[in-house]
Amino acid sequence: MHKLTKAPLALNGLGRCLITEKHLSAVNIIRRGLVCSENRTDSSKTEVYDVIISGGGMVGSAMACSLGMDPNLSGKKILLLEAGHKKVMDRVPDTYSTRVSSISPGSATLLSGIGAWEQITRMRCKPYKRMQVWDACSDALITFDKEDLLDEMAYIVENDIVVAAITRQLDAMPENVQVKYKSKVVKYTWPMPHHAAESIPWVKVTLANGETLQTKLLIGADGPNSMVRQKLGIPTVKWNYDQSAVVAVLHLSEPTENNVAWQRFLPTGPIAMLPLSDTESSLVWSTSHHLAEELLELDEESFIDAINSAFWSNENHSDLIETAGALFRGALSAIMPSAGSPRQLPPSVAGIGPKSRVMFPLGVGHASEYIRHRVALIGDAAHRVHPLAGQGVNLGFGDVACLTHILSQAAFNGKDLGAIQHLLEYETERQRHNLPMMTAIDLMKRLYSTNAAPAVLLRTFGLQATNMLPTLKEQIMAYASK
Amino acid sequence: MMYSNKLGRLMFGLRGLEATSARGAFQRAAARSGFSWAAVRKQRTLWQQRMHQTGGRSAVHTTVDPGEVKRFQLLANKWWDEEGEFAALHAMNDLRVPFVRDNLLNVQRERHPGQPLAGLRILDVGCGGGLLSEPLGRLGATVSGVDPVEDSVRIARLHAAHDPDLRDRVSYRACTLEELSDEEQGVTQFDAVVASEVVEHLADLDTFAICCSRVLKPGGSLFITTLNKTNLSYALAIVVAEQLLHIVPRGTHDWEKFISPVELERLLESNGFLVQSVQGMLYNPLSGAWSWTNNTEINYALHAVKQDDEAEAGSTTPGGHNEAAHS
Repeated sequence: MHKLTKAPLALNGLGRCLITEKHLSAVNIIRRGLVCSENRTDSSKTEVYDVIISGGGMVGSAMACSLGMDPNLSGKKILLLEAGHKKVMDRVPDTYSTRVSSISPGSATLLSGIGAWEQITRMRCKPYKRMQVWDACSDALITFDKEDLLDEMAYIVENDIVVAAITRQLDAMPENVQVKYKSKVVKYTWPMPHHAAESIPWVKVTLANGETLQTKLLIGADGPNSMVRQKLGIPTVKWNYDQSAVVAVLHLSEPTENNVAWQRFLPTGPIAMLPLSDTESSLVWSTSHHLAEELLELDEESFIDAINSAFWSNENHSDLIETAGALFRGALSAIMPSAGSPRQLPPSVAGIGPKSRVMFPLGVGHASEYIRHRVALIGDAAHRVHPLAGQGVNLGFGDVACLTHILSQAAFNGKDLGAIQHLLEYETERQRHNLPMMTAIDLMKRLYSTNAAPAVLLRTFGLQATNMLPTLKEQIMAYASK
Repeated sequence: MMYSNKLGRLMFGLRGLEATSARGAFQRAAARSGFSWAAVRKQRTLWQQRMHQTGGRSAVHTTVDPGEVKRFQLLANKWWDEEGEFAALHAMNDLRVPFVRDNLLNVQRERHPGQPLAGLRILDVGCGGGLLSEPLGRLGATVSGVDPVEDSVRIARLHAAHDPDLRDRVSYRACTLEELSDEEQGVTQFDAVVASEVVEHLADLDTFAICCSRVLKPGGSLFITTLNKTNLSYALAIVVAEQLLHIVPRGTHDWEKFISPVELERLLESNGFLVQSVQGMLYNPLSGAWSWTNNTEINYALHAVKQDDEAEAGSTTPGGHNEAAHS
């Protein structure tokens, strides 16, 4: 892969080698006390970046933008590598895209810090003020909202819009922040630990077009099947849920204020309707692979019927559960008479967006280490969750905020950006935040995957009790909003 | 992973000590004032001989002590092993880099985002493997590192050679401070001189101070970190750190060469410096981290400024600082 050109050797009477693994002759020269000055051909061939980010999705490009805008990192050479093409959006398309995310207030803060949030609100974004989550097997429900419905809880934004907004910000950055599109990485070469002084201490990245790049810190943001993570051999706890998510854009029967996010836990998996506008919503229906395929094959009318009945029908209720549920409610309202919330029913669906039904498999994953010498993982590369809590990308944005802060401090203290001391701090802080969240989501998924009576009773009681405790709900919302 | 190594070394250090020598070390520390014993008797007689001279050193007009040079030569390859013999020095960067950076930034400078020390020339005396020169270089300063140990300078150059940022900004030379000051006098002058963990290894401090003064611009800063000469520093820095816990290689420090902040201040002020601040530093062997403290009894950092010639004429003897704070 490395082309050893003879021309620089011939020019330079001392006969130095290029700076690759074999530069022992350069070492000899240094020993004689001469300063080794870089041959211009060498440095253009293997340029040393301060940070290379592998993966230009929402989280990777936000990381590039965030680092580029930090004052302590100004002048540092930052490169973002994206295998796909550049996502430009001069005009917002009329139809909604099926892949959407729920952006928490904490993530919105990060995005506005890099100037992308303004772009997003100008393009298209839907805030919602309340979230209602209820069970199919019982009457239990829980609603989350900020007091008096004045503040927004979170925002539903299409993924394409987020990426386009961040791309626009990246275009406006000074030239030390670069992006290479359509560049696929084929190989990573990891450095030896620091006290082996003879070899190159940087991470080497080899692209499909043969270019080699070197960097002091590699940030892996390449998604749930991260190549960076695999090549490092980081043990990952992961399994596939035997579930797939079906996503579609829904047209509502009649225009409504549509500022509520709905999620109902069916025994086969949760179905969620997220508002996109006054007349349209996004569907995320996590269910078994078999059912998901069936749903994709249904004609439009039957699909719509399936959605409406999933939200409205009570066929999973049993007498036992109903009685128990009523008893719990009675008991709880005796303790806390003013708590609880009225049940609302989601809007009914009349149509779906053309060609907008897609499905993708679901799984969970957590890398046991987020960092190695000169490498850090962020976003789905480090952790992958079930969409039922709308937290996936928010955890990733949290990683971005934390890592940017830590690298900024390190740079202000003159540290080598790839040094493991501060990378360990990043790992500790994020694992402490992410692991409880992921465990809770996984637990919820398992708890709601059954209609066996004991589990249903437990979760009915749990949900009703939580619904009646405003402080507990506030804590949950605060944690999820970070 | 790093922490388990550190803990392992600590445990090994404690276990490696035999019961008798542990008792002996403690006895020595406890009985120091009253008795003389084999290991320190020699030092005490030497000390009595030198009592009439300044500090614990003979006035030899050279800063270099050949014994020290030899000791550091043997350790040259260990400089950049962050968990090896010099781990505590690596950790000290968390204190000394901000100390130098913030004090230099206070001397009203234009703000260069990302390169706070841009445009400044700094001399790192006793740079060793370049542990402190490199962070200062990354902050934008032009750093010249000097060290009498050739092997250390070689290691420093090797380490900085790979980094394109450092190659242009950090340069090393194997020479002594006197040689440098003889050449450089009046030609190039530095904005700051940093001598971190160096003065406790030098043979003659007066010469050191004079040379620093020669190479500094008027108003330039001198930064020193070193150890205080107290009973506590003997107990912790020599007995505990070297012999018990092996935080520092055995024989690295000679207690007689430690100097108290008051003494150092007196010495510097008689050579045309004005001490701006003294701050104590404390090492936590369990966490492997340093922290600032008000207590200067063990380690301390000092910032002094070279007086302009007009100001020097008007400066009087030191003594405006509280002795109590420095004891």
